[in-house]
Amino acid sequence: MKLYPALFALAGLAYAGTVTASEIAPDDVKIVDGAVEQPLTDSPGDPERGLVSFTGRKAGNCLACHYVESLQDDYQFHGEVGTPLDGIADAYTAAEFRAKLINPKTELPDTIMPAFYRTSGFNRAAGKFDGKTILTAQEIEDVIAYLMTLKD
Amino acid sequence: MKKLLSLTAALALVAGATFAVAELADGYVSVKPTAEDHPLDEVISGYQFRIESTRATQDDDFENPGMLLLDQALDTWSEADGAAGKSCADCHGDDPIVSMKGAGSTFPKFTEKGDHRAFRNIENQINFCRTERMEAKPWKYDKPDMLGMTILARHADRGEPVNVAVDGDAAAMFEKGKEIYYTRYGQLDMACSHCHEDNYGNYIRADHLSQGQINGFPTYRFKWQGVGSAHRRFKGCMKNIRAEPFNVGEEEFLALELYTAWRGQGLPIETPAVRN
Ligand code: HEC
Ligand code: HEC
Ligand code: HEC
Repeated sequence: MKLYPALFALAGLAYAGTVTASEIAPDDVKIVDGAVEQPLTDSPGDPERGLVSFTGRKAGNCLACHYVESLQDDYQFHGEVGTPLDGIADAYTAAEFRAKLINPKTELPDTIMPAFYRTSGFNRAAGKFDGKTILTAQEIEDVIAYLMTLKD
Repeated sequence: MKKLLSLTAALALVAGATFAVAELADGYVSVKPTAEDHPLDEVISGYQFRIESTRATQDDDFENPGMLLLDQALDTWSEADGAAGKSCADCHGDDPIVSMKGAGSTFPKFTEKGDHRAFRNIENQINFCRTERMEAKPWKYDKPDMLGMTILARHADRGEPVNVAVDGDAAAMFEKGKEIYYTRYGQLDMACSHCHEDNYGNYIRADHLSQGQINGFPTYRFKWQGVGSAHRRFKGCMKNIRAEPFNVGEEEFLALELYTAWRGQGLPIETPAVRN
């Protein structure tokens, strides 16, 4: 029967971008003492995909604000707005990175750094971004996995 | 400024390092703010943050593409338009560079009397003269006719210090503009101040952040391949933080225009400036 795989693919598409059962929705995340222990998804983060989000202008665009020595040769234009992130994995746990990425403003209310996994509390968000997170749950886990590689 | 070009920084540039280094022109010019409650220690034009070749294009009137619109506006100035059969020159004299002196540096402000009294920027004032006095169609915002005439009116004050009034009946607009300036907008959830107050002098990706001053508007931008108003720039910055921008020519941006002009009080008018 040829139809089934096609239907399957369609169902998969419909789910992309919405929260699946195994994900924790933005409003359900609880940041406790600057950490979120439980991963947002069931599938572990992938550092290579994390790097793509980290450097992508339409994704995390972390490089716009953060300098990373080891990315010097491959990526142009590292920003100066945030702290350099070399060796950052020695300073924080994955749970702490998760909290920072989900919403750094719970710890630092005045920071310029965006909340990457939040859908509420925005002011005049443009239509196509309204009610959406900057990164998906999986992308957050991937970026964390990448950050964990930044050891001195 | 937080960082100036140091020897190591210069070497890094020579070595072609991609780590962006904050760099201002040697002997860059700044103005000390006069207001006591001013948020900046020194007021610096966006000109000082641009690279040498961009500055050179602005400095040479024959190279500066913004001057083309100014030339066209000089012609339009004396052409009659509208049912009243009048031109700007009929009321304001033959030489706009003389009659518009003192205007460009003081807008936005309250103009006209009685029922017509309103807070206007130059664009809105020009359209008031067109519709009420010339009985002509209003010019569209950010279109060549309007941009050219706005450049002309501001250019008459080139080199003069920005000098907007923020007291009296303008005080409410000033407060409104200030509130907008410090409010976070959009999915990226940033305020103008995050980039142009807390981080000027720093690179954000490939962009060298300035103080977001408006003393050069309307400005020619290489990225636009054309000239744009201050409101167009505000709109672009809001879109970049994934926010729904306010409307050009309307109250919120007029308030923001007054407030940002005040942040640059004392800076020389550069219109038409050139930016990347
Ligand atoms: C608009 C600029 C900006 C962007 C984009 C940004 N950050 Fe940040 N980030 C900052 C700033 C500024 C700080 C320092 C905290 C503060 O004082 O606000 C920071 C702090 C951090 C820290 C803690 C560093 C320390 O030394 O404590 C981490 C980790 C971090 N960012 C990771 C990221 C990741 C990963 C991304 C992309 C998903 C990202 N940031 C995107 C500006 C940014
Ligand atoms: C994410 C950072 C960011 C935010 C937030 C931001 N801008 Fe900008 N803005 C830029 C960049 C980058 C440029 C181009 C380089 C420069 O001049 O700083 C720019 C340029 C400008 C300029 C042109 C300056 C000149 O010399 O021609 C103005 C005016 C301006 N911004 C106003 C604003 C206003 C008003 C807001 C708030 C509504 C705002 N910006 C928010 C990043 C930002
Ligand atoms: C019928 C006469 C008339 C015509 C035609 C006219 N204006 Fe005006 N304009 C005025 C008057 C009167 C004022 C108010 C002067 C004042 O209060 O100082 C004014 C004010 C202005 C101002 C503000 C000056 C300031 O110092 O505040 C600008 C700018 C201006 N006009 C531009 C134009 C332009 C551009 C045109 C042609 C498109 C034009 N005007 C056509 C009569 C006219």
